[in-house]
Amino acid sequence: MTTQTEEAGMPADTASPKDDDPGRTNRSERLSALAQQHGALVTLVIAMAVASLSFDTFLTGDNLENMALSSAFLAVVALGMTFVIITGGIDLSVGSLFALGGVLAAWGSQYGTVVALLLPLAVCGLIGLVNGVLIAHVRLAPFIVTLAAMLGARGILLAITDEGSKTYLVDKDSFFATLGQGSLLGIGVPVWITVALFVLGAVVLRGTRFGQYVYAVGGNEDAGALMGAPVARTKISVYTLSGLCAGLAGALNAAWLVSGVTILGSGMELEAISAVVIGGTLLSGGFGFISGSLVGVLLLKVIQNVINQIGSLDSAYQQVVSGAFLAVVVVAQTWLGRRRRVL
Amino acid sequence: MLSVSHLSKTFPGVRALSDVDFTARAGEVHALVGENGAGKSTLIKVLTGVYRPDAGELTYDGEPVRFGTPLQAQQAGISTIYQEVNLVPLMSVARNLFLGREPLGRLGLIDFRRMHREADEALRGLGIRVDVRRPLRELGVGAQQMVALARAVAVDARVVIMDEPTSSLEPREVKTLFGVIRMLRERGVAVVYVSHRMDELYEICDTVTVLRDGRVVHTGPLAELDRLRLVAMMLGREIGEVREEGMTKFTGSHDTEAEPVLRAEGLTVSHRLRDVSLEVRPGEVVGLGGLLGSGRSETAKAIAGALPTDAGRVVVAGVPVRAGSTAAAIRAGISLLPEDRKAEGIVPGLSVRENIALAALPALSRFGLVDDTRIDAIVETFMKRLRIKAAGPHQKVGELSGGNQQKVLLARWLALHPKVLLLDEPTRGIDVGAKAEVQALIDELADDGLAVLLISSDTEELIEGSDRVVVLKDGAVVRELTGDAVTEDALMRAIAAVPAGGSDD
Amino acid sequence: MTELALSRGSLDRDRLLRLLQDYGVYAGVLVLLLFNFAFTPHFVSTENFRTQAVQVAPVLIVALGMALAIGTEGVDLSVGSVMALATSLLSLYLGYGPWIAALTAVIGGIVVGVANGALIAFVGVQPIVATLALMVAGRGLALVLLPQLKDVRDPGLASLGSGDVLGVPYLVLIAAVLAVLVAFVMRRTTFGRQVLAIGDSRPAARLAGLPVRRVLIVVYVCSGALAAIAGVLATARLTASDPTSLGNLMELSAITAVVVGGTPLTGGRVRIGGTVAGAVLIQLLTTTLIKHDLPPSWTQIAQAVVIVLAVYAARERGRR
Repeated sequence: MTTQTEEAGMPADTASPKDDDPGRTNRSERLSALAQQHGALVTLVIAMAVASLSFDTFLTGDNLENMALSSAFLAVVALGMTFVIITGGIDLSVGSLFALGGVLAAWGSQYGTVVALLLPLAVCGLIGLVNGVLIAHVRLAPFIVTLAAMLGARGILLAITDEGSKTYLVDKDSFFATLGQGSLLGIGVPVWITVALFVLGAVVLRGTRFGQYVYAVGGNEDAGALMGAPVARTKISVYTLSGLCAGLAGALNAAWLVSGVTILGSGMELEAISAVVIGGTLLSGGFGFISGSLVGVLLLKVIQNVINQIGSLDSAYQQVVSGAFLAVVVVAQTWLGRRRRVL
Repeated sequence: MLSVSHLSKTFPGVRALSDVDFTARAGEVHALVGENGAGKSTLIKVLTGVYRPDAGELTYDGEPVRFGTPLQAQQAGISTIYQEVNLVPLMSVARNLFLGREPLGRLGLIDFRRMHREADEALRGLGIRVDVRRPLRELGVGAQQMVALARAVAVDARVVIMDEPTSSLEPREVKTLFGVIRMLRERGVAVVYVSHRMDELYEICDTVTVLRDGRVVHTGPLAELDRLRLVAMMLGREIGEVREEGMTKFTGSHDTEAEPVLRAEGLTVSHRLRDVSLEVRPGEVVGLGGLLGSGRSETAKAIAGALPTDAGRVVVAGVPVRAGSTAAAIRAGISLLPEDRKAEGIVPGLSVRENIALAALPALSRFGLVDDTRIDAIVETFMKRLRIKAAGPHQKVGELSGGNQQKVLLARWLALHPKVLLLDEPTRGIDVGAKAEVQALIDELADDGLAVLLISSDTEELIEGSDRVVVLKDGAVVRELTGDAVTEDALMRAIAAVPAGGSDD
Repeated sequence: MTELALSRGSLDRDRLLRLLQDYGVYAGVLVLLLFNFAFTPHFVSTENFRTQAVQVAPVLIVALGMALAIGTEGVDLSVGSVMALATSLLSLYLGYGPWIAALTAVIGGIVVGVANGALIAFVGVQPIVATLALMVAGRGLALVLLPQLKDVRDPGLASLGSGDVLGVPYLVLIAAVLAVLVAFVMRRTTFGRQVLAIGDSRPAARLAGLPVRRVLIVVYVCSGALAAIAGVLATARLTASDPTSLGNLMELSAITAVVVGGTPLTGGRVRIGGTVAGAVLIQLLTTTLIKHDLPPSWTQIAQAVVIVLAVYAARERGRR
């Protein structure tokens, strides 16, 4: 399906011939860029301030720790998703891969920590690789390929768990379990791992040649190819990376829950995409940043937490709010993008 | 430096290049000119590795070469600056400049400080000062083009191919560009310069190669060639050529007394059109003359509401048409046969019947239900009248020949009973027989009282088909030929004329 | 690219591929039927056919709307959530009588469709993104309205879900009528032609003065309304409203049915007959695997493979 890429390539014709007043243009450009980059952060701060003023239970150590932990897994998934979305693609398979990774890790933990980590990484990375090859070389539309992978991965998951009836447990005293359950300086290990991965991800995206290619492929694929960016290799890499992230997040989650729960992860792809987009990354590709995705994840989790704190509200409100949020952000992005072109 | 000999390239149904010889020498600016379909872009694409030639040899630096991809050509030192800036707009200037060859520091990470410094120096060397950290798209088009050029220079290109680099530049930016080109020439870089602007060619180029219909019709020093001869060669006409009888199927003049039905006033689109005004009377064929890129298609699109205008208005039969809306223009009776038949005209997957009925559907249906009998009647009428050759009304339009596709499009518009018909290159890419038929048809339509605006790169067609010719150059009307002055000579002189105020664009 | 593809494929391969794309889905249905006649015990029975038909009906109805969206070179991911929303609204307004409740549910679907269409046609958001937002919000809204599974006890709805006319279940009848209706709209109305023209070549459609925006909005409204109808019918059949799981992965099944049915994702062509056959094919595939004691996991993997193959085949056409 060529539509997405074509429409995703919209920024390519931003070379609007009208540049009457450079000063004004730049100022409003910068303002909208600023809104895009820090809008989510400002919202997060406001949301946290309001929440801590409204609920005594919000700013407690336990609650914060809980939020951080539950954010960690989604954040790792969103990290991989950020790379994919910056190339102008989408990965709908991450929810299934997250669940599959968890089950594989739990099953593998009986053979030690190494297997428990490597097995989900290998399998999920491989599925990501297949996604990437189908998208980059066979040129199938990302959403349909990853949609199929979502189904396929869920199938594999059911196949290895006796159709979902078998739950593998992780030995509570194993080293693998401490990856999920342990804490360092009072902060859970998964949180540390997540933070480390985000730093690494940010360095890779901003500071390496690969990162530049990721932006170039999403910003203007044809131009990128002409300038020597290895388009196919970059695409395959980001989908593999996304698979790896989802698998790892699943494994960590299994370590935290000390079991491989099969029903997890459905709808996670939507949460991850929402987080990335709310964080300021353009769904049309070519623009975005890692830190924004983290902010996006935190924002979603704060909203969730607040809704949970309001006892009378159902947790389903979180979906309504994040869906509405997503719509608002996307409309704002399209609108900002268009205004920039007109200016 | 870079040369091709006996180059041929055929696309399904079209011979784009045949037996072309072309040599770009070091320290020389070589103009490559020709009208639409002459084969320039195909030649450039062969030179830069986008296409592989069917026959012929590519020699680079004395060695025979074969580029499989644009990347290989680029790595060999052949850089191309395209008409549309081919950079990544959302990335910063420096990142664009250095993509794929960023200076690396310790740990294999990009050394941003060095990258920014070097980017700044490189751009300053070309006479532009910008903040290299800002996204590229915040720059003007001219500056963006400079960045593309800086990238070409920075990769130590030995051949730089520029495809209409000035089409969206301000005069000041053109001056800077020419400065850079001169610098490149002094450095011994071979520059291939594609443009239609006579003034620019004569200002900057040393040699010229003229292509027409996929063949080289002339190559040699530019200074020895006067403007008129160059234009004549590009258009494929002889100056003062005497012809007893036209070869086209046009009969000639129409009634030109009536009140104009179409009046376009002061159409302006930044960088494309400047204050273009014209009138067409019912039963009259007005030609739009000019070279490629002179704003002919833009004028037609602006009139048809398909190109948003900054200023100006269109009046049909005394009633102003809402600007920027194709639907409004169509309601007012304006029909446009677009230049790019394949992308903007036909709907390839639908049948001949559906294509003909497409625009007229609302009128041919009751309560949203299509009235098949009426459609069949109309389709049959037009297929007969325009002699559309198809296996039947249900054949897909994508499978028809170019000429028949064009006739289907004409039928689509005629079914709407328009007042004004804008024809943008109606006979391009269609075979001789169909061409004559289309020409005869245009004549017939004008006789029936339609106002026709005709755009054609085929000078003969334009001159013989039109009652008047409005000549465009660089997006503005430079001359209007009427009566006996509608001759090829006059047209070419109008196009080749040196502007009075020098090259102030 | 085009030249490469052209020179590579021989004429025979071309024709074969086209035949496969056009009639492959029917052949697939036939093969599965024959296989089941031969090897599956108790397959040939009225009861079984009824069950199969009743199961396929909601997917088919959703797929009809999806076919329209895909025909305009778009996609509607929100259909599953619309089904959930419909079931919530239905059980919420059941007090006013089944018809009012069903009508409210359909109106809910239409509202979602308007939102989708407005985002796509006026704001210019990519269809996949716009409908994704509504997919998230729609499911949430459904759960807010009706937090958990609720039995639906209404004689009217119950008869809608399990009743029949001359042995043909209402559900199947409704699905058939809707399929015929959509096919009729696509073949015989201005709207149908405009949908195809827009999907095939949007610039040409715009230059021909077609009301591109209006058509797009109507397409997504149709998709939303059809999904809501499917939601109502599914609720009637299950005699329960389950906004958590109703319509889960429905977008996927619908897209599969449409794509397997030979409608290219690149738009410009809508095959209603193929879509019906596509939905039936997926249903038969599932049944075959289940009846031969292969677990549901295999069904999912098989479905994934079928999708990729169908898209691959359709891609070959797009290039030609």
